[in-house]
Amino acid sequence: MSISIQDVEHVAKLARLDLTEEEKQTYMQQLNAILQYAEKLNELDTEQVEPTSHVMELVNVMREDESRPSWPIEQVMKNAPDEEEGQFKVPAVLE
Amino acid sequence: MSLFDMKLQDIHAKLADKQLKVSELVDEAFARIGQVDTQIGAFLTLAEEQARAEAESLDEQLAAGGERGLLFGLPMGIKDNIVTEGLRTTCASKFLDNYQPIYHATVMEKLKAAQAVTIGKLNMDEFAMGGSNENSAYHPVRNPWSTDHVPGGSSGGSAAAVAAGEVYFALGSDTGGSIRQPAAYCGVVGLKPTYGLISRFGLVAFASSLDQIGPLTKNVEDTAYVLQAIAGHDEKDSTSARVDIPDYVSSLNGDVKGLRLAVPKEYMGEGIQPGVRDAVKAAIARLESMGATVEEVSMPHTDYAIATYYLLASSEASSNLARFDGVRYGVRSDKADSLLEVYHRSRSEGFGSEVKRRIMLGTYALSSGYYDAYYLKAQKVRTLIKQDFDKVFEQYDAILSPTAPTTAFKIGEQVSDPLTMYMNDACTIPVSLAGVPAISVPCGLADGLPVGLQIIGKHFDETMVLRIAHAYEQAGDWADRRPAL
Repeated sequence: MSISIQDVEHVAKLARLDLTEEEKQTYMQQLNAILQYAEKLNELDTEQVEPTSHVMELVNVMREDESRPSWPIEQVMKNAPDEEEGQFKVPAVLE
Repeated sequence: MSLFDMKLQDIHAKLADKQLKVSELVDEAFARIGQVDTQIGAFLTLAEEQARAEAESLDEQLAAGGERGLLFGLPMGIKDNIVTEGLRTTCASKFLDNYQPIYHATVMEKLKAAQAVTIGKLNMDEFAMGGSNENSAYHPVRNPWSTDHVPGGSSGGSAAAVAAGEVYFALGSDTGGSIRQPAAYCGVVGLKPTYGLISRFGLVAFASSLDQIGPLTKNVEDTAYVLQAIAGHDEKDSTSARVDIPDYVSSLNGDVKGLRLAVPKEYMGEGIQPGVRDAVKAAIARLESMGATVEEVSMPHTDYAIATYYLLASSEASSNLARFDGVRYGVRSDKADSLLEVYHRSRSEGFGSEVKRRIMLGTYALSSGYYDAYYLKAQKVRTLIKQDFDKVFEQYDAILSPTAPTTAFKIGEQVSDPLTMYMNDACTIPVSLAGVPAISVPCGLADGLPVGLQIIGKHFDETMVLRIAHAYEQAGDWADRRPAL
């Protein structure tokens, strides 16, 4: 399996990244090298192996469904790049 | 002798006898930083005013006869991916250049309760991605043993600050070896605890199933004290373990007699620099002469760990870093005219090249059509790697290996070659995938640079790992060696 420039462009779009032409070339080469190295895993027969998503056998963690106080709005807004009346402000979504 | 070369208990005895004040400790930290940090570059942000005020208040408490906390008055440095209320937290990324957290990470609350004093925030690889600290968006960190060399990554600032005597201890985070490898390169002690032992609440997530906070100190006993202060269940972290916390300090009995230790042949093979192999072999022989039984074992899936790790860690990273969108915090590009452009431009301008590379790799591995071939496959191989550890631990108390295949390499030497760089973590990554605890202790020098011995234990068996490390440290000649800065 090998990654083309079109694949790199598609993945960058999914990842919400704009890449320069130079970055596209570099990442194409480097991702190909890394994924080629990852092909190594195919040497192993894992048909009967269960995947490990978590090393400890944890079950779901629940708490009582009770309301708790949250952060004051002005605190939450403290790091916002742009805000208005206690809301995060972004450019218009609709034309 | 500098106060920073003293043991915690001796410092506390001096404080209790009124021979020493916390303010003097804090003064010494800032004086040392002023003296050496232009050469080292360990700090990104200093908390001078806050630290001095805290020191004064602790001195007043002591004068009034108040109780001393476990880490009373000790100057500490915090890796800059652990959030600190009111103190800038950047993850060494331009994206968070102006980020002022409004809350403390749980470990910070615990350290505050133990009365340690925050000196500042330590440099790292951007978002903890890297093995050399060259990926910081600000400046690289230099190894105190030789400033031409890297300190290791991603907790390079934490390891270098401790090695250079700028702080008494530091916190780092370890995803694939990011505490242990820099500890080895800088000649200090670094512990990655069992996954889930320490709360990750307030640690900026890189790969959530692997990340773990841990201490870097100059000796094993101090590591036990810091661990004591920060371990324990936290309801704010759903992956936090509910286990009883033992007394780590009293487990350091200096005795390894009768312990059964395993050395996997896969960790001592080709790729291990000869000087590193010699130092580790000598350390193993020392433990044997102290009464431990050492046997060679095989962990056959070791060779698959790096590929497994980079697929899993990058996938989790691409998902975790999706929250950096320029809307709620961090930088927002001023060139964006639409919401989609806010996302694209803010991320493209804010992230450095290693972070983008991992986001790209992770997004690809999780994308439609490739999930089974890469992500699921890696999760299955992770099971096999974990089983290797389970099998060895049926018969042995701990596993020994080098911490890193080589000593610290030169700055700039590997930066354009991600695959070679990833190999630096070959000895630490399998441990992270299995979620077991491991410590790196200094075990000598090769070509004038420090070598680390890695001691790996069963899940939640930190007492065993610390006990062996401490016994070795007491018997060895390496614990008091310091770089000539």
